[in-house]
Amino acid sequence: MDDHAGQFVRAVSRQGPRITLHFDGEAVEASEGESVLAVLLTQRSFLRRTEFGSEPRAGFCLMGACQDCWVWSDTGGRLRACTTNVTEGMVLRSQPPGVDALRG
Amino acid sequence: MPCVAEIVVVGAGPAGINAAERLCAHGHRVVLVDEGRQAGGQGYRRPSPGLDLDMAAVMGTEAGKYEALHARFARLLPQIDYRPQTLVWAVEDHVLHLVQAGVASTLRFDALVLATGAMDKIAPFPGWTLPGVFTLGGAQVALKDQGCLVGRRVAFVGSSPLLALAAAQYSKLGGKVVTIADTTPFVRKLAALPALALSPRALWRGLSYLGGAMLVGVPVLHGVTPVKVVGDGHVEALILRDRRGRERRFPCDAIALGYGLKPETQLAELAGATLRFDEAFRLWLPQCDADGRAAPGLYLAGDGAAIGGADAAEASGGLAALAVLADLGELVDEGGRLALRRRLARLRGFQKGLAKAFAWPVAQIRALPDEVMLCRCEEVRIGEIRQAMAQQLGPVEINRVKAMTRCGMGRCQGRVCGPALQEIVAGTAGIAGEQAGRLRAQAPVKPIALAVAGEAP
Amino acid sequence: MSRHAADVVIVGGGLIGVWTAFFLARRKQRVVLIDKGVVGAQSSGTNFGNLRLQGRFPGQYPLSLRSQSLWEEIAALIGEDCEFARTGHLYLAYDDEERAKLEGYAQVSESHGLAIERLGPSELRKRWPWLSERAVAATFSARDATANPRLVTPAVARAARALGVTIIENSCVSDVAHSGDGFSVKTADGAHWSCGALVNAAGAWAVAIAERFGETAPIVPAGPPQFVTEPFPYLIEPSIQAIDGSVIFRQIPRGNIILAGYPRTAADPVNNRAPVPPAKTLAAMRALARVAPILAQCHVIRVWSGIEGYLPDMIPVIGPSLTMPGLFHAFGFCGHGFQIGPGVGLCLSEMIVDGATSTPLEPFSIGRFRESVAVSEKFRKEFDGA
Repeated sequence: MDDHAGQFVRAVSRQGPRITLHFDGEAVEASEGESVLAVLLTQRSFLRRTEFGSEPRAGFCLMGACQDCWVWSDTGGRLRACTTNVTEGMVLRSQPPGVDALRG
Repeated sequence: MPCVAEIVVVGAGPAGINAAERLCAHGHRVVLVDEGRQAGGQGYRRPSPGLDLDMAAVMGTEAGKYEALHARFARLLPQIDYRPQTLVWAVEDHVLHLVQAGVASTLRFDALVLATGAMDKIAPFPGWTLPGVFTLGGAQVALKDQGCLVGRRVAFVGSSPLLALAAAQYSKLGGKVVTIADTTPFVRKLAALPALALSPRALWRGLSYLGGAMLVGVPVLHGVTPVKVVGDGHVEALILRDRRGRERRFPCDAIALGYGLKPETQLAELAGATLRFDEAFRLWLPQCDADGRAAPGLYLAGDGAAIGGADAAEASGGLAALAVLADLGELVDEGGRLALRRRLARLRGFQKGLAKAFAWPVAQIRALPDEVMLCRCEEVRIGEIRQAMAQQLGPVEINRVKAMTRCGMGRCQGRVCGPALQEIVAGTAGIAGEQAGRLRAQAPVKPIALAVAGEAP
Repeated sequence: MSRHAADVVIVGGGLIGVWTAFFLARRKQRVVLIDKGVVGAQSSGTNFGNLRLQGRFPGQYPLSLRSQSLWEEIAALIGEDCEFARTGHLYLAYDDEERAKLEGYAQVSESHGLAIERLGPSELRKRWPWLSERAVAATFSARDATANPRLVTPAVARAARALGVTIIENSCVSDVAHSGDGFSVKTADGAHWSCGALVNAAGAWAVAIAERFGETAPIVPAGPPQFVTEPFPYLIEPSIQAIDGSVIFRQIPRGNIILAGYPRTAADPVNNRAPVPPAKTLAAMRALARVAPILAQCHVIRVWSGIEGYLPDMIPVIGPSLTMPGLFHAFGFCGHGFQIGPGVGLCLSEMIVDGATSTPLEPFSIGRFRESVAVSEKFRKEFDGA
């Protein structure tokens, strides 16, 4: 469980239709126009764990260059959190779906 | 020469927009390809829709230019084939390979203007991979694009005039700046003053940011050595050594890290530009003439060609467009061209001065302890590089080091670790930076999903 | 000019050269190995890393199996395992014609004592459920293996050096000649070696040496394009190959999927370039997604290639020169030298020290190019750069 409050802080308010996505099984509220990274980091301290050392990571460059913020979709897809906008009904994960799920 | 030249501009920042604008004014149909969701590049990034952000306040003295650029882009839009959220992943034989909305396609060109911009140049230090450490540019993007601060109490670390600029923006929007800690000693900044005085306005802007930060009681330190980021799963404090050698601890929950900019040169390299090691920036930079010509049909502009900032980007974008036009045999305004060249030379000269005043910390990087993670993607530590190089028949060249250790082999293709790896290899081998070699660009320049290839044609 | 003497000079520090040096040194030969660049820089270091036994050229099995035994004890031989793993290799057939071809391969493999499992569509689905349902038949060879080509050649070179081999990198051989009862080898940087035996293991650059002694081979320099994906949860144990040559891939335990694409691409040995055209990257991606649809959202992050010598009959040149006693050729491995590398090195060392090897190598004689050689179907299919 993530006991640290969100890493990001909203400095200003935003308008726009509210949407709901899911991350690691939990519902997450967001507004249209927000990036996946901003939505997740206002509520958590990290986005994923690294493949080799299991280190927590929260992205780094925030402009699509460092490739550090890729998260998983529930169906085994990948998306770069800093350059992807949230959409209604997105189901995302910090970890890859289990191999058994992938084996089908 | 074709009757209707196919001209493609890559990158919709100030350089790309200026280039496209000038080419359009001469009656050309321009395709403007950009990875971003909205035009503006990084520096003039627009807030995402729905955000109540006062960009005039964020942009400060540059607000007028910011508004002007976006107004010009809005007027330009109906005249161009604008393709946002489109990745150029390869260039080969006058063909760009694109991915847009998950589908691969190609785009032929006669003339290509690359205005691919830059990212932060990063020197690692212990703990820099902890969540809460972001690039300095990233900290600004979070603010401009998403209206978010990267943390509640932020330390600005590295060596760059933009540390103070970003800190001022954070401060304005309610963030607490715990320190602005610059690794370059103040005496070196003084020594660089004559070069900086070439552009008094930019110098004054830089000084006023620093002054602003000092006024509100933020510790501004020069000549520091970052020691480590402390934290269990997230940033809890920054520890650094000040210029007197005293260790100082700054409790914080985020760090913005930046040592100036590093051009995105991958596409230029794939398109045929020659790269040379630049001793002032200690980076491999593409070679081009005063107008941006890098190879037949290839033109470079903006920070992707040479670090110069937004004003230089605008000028170089205009120059690149004039070079395209001249090479197509069209008459161009010679006076305007000369004026742009003078302006660009002055602005880039100022940046060279900045590279001295805000220096890449070669000695600090070479002295980093073995346990520091160098490659974020493949999780390779500095000790592994040194160990590989120390063995018999060990590598002494950067691509060979990559082959043996996987450093620079991951998703980012060495974008982040490259400059520091260069120093580690040169330092360990006892050779000049240039002799350490250059991580070669390869397509895809960014990851592409198998599915983009689609079904068999 | 400095003059030195050696028993054997080896030109070319690829996998073949370093293994030959290693085995010669174990037989107390004084060996010098010279490379124009660094050891293992070209296809030895950039290949797919397959140690495939099934589906090889029939005349190569004695050599292949001998070589596999050496791979299987690589850690004991050189002190490093170079990520050697007995992963097995799965061949897939997509129609009846391919099924017949697969069966032909299986019978040849079995006649040499290799255990081949035959699998139908339902067994395939059961064992590797992520495979697409297109395959109608497959054969699996459990003894087939993989290793990390980036690591092997330098590791063998280090082991050879520890046995006393002199390894000279970044030195171009400028002249080779026969003199007295041996050879004289000169390098561009002024070194001069005299030796009793000369091994020509210069890969795509080997013909120049052969021609000095009145022999030749129609070598075509090319690069097998290779691609790698980001890490993906580990689920693919064997290396997998479509028998039509459209795709071959494997997953390393770190999770990355390595993928080789066909056709191979012409390379430029003068400027040392082996490009990977974007169209080939897309073709390889498409082919992989067809075989393993589960990977469709996996991202390719990097591509590479290296220069390799190909011959039109798709089999290498291995063995003594027919015009010059004491000269031995080993080049033109046509993209399958990695598996037989240690075996070739051992056989060459026996030929040089004992005058003969027990492993039959007749099919690989350079003499076959005195007549015009038939172009193999494999060469036509897997190659577009001639």
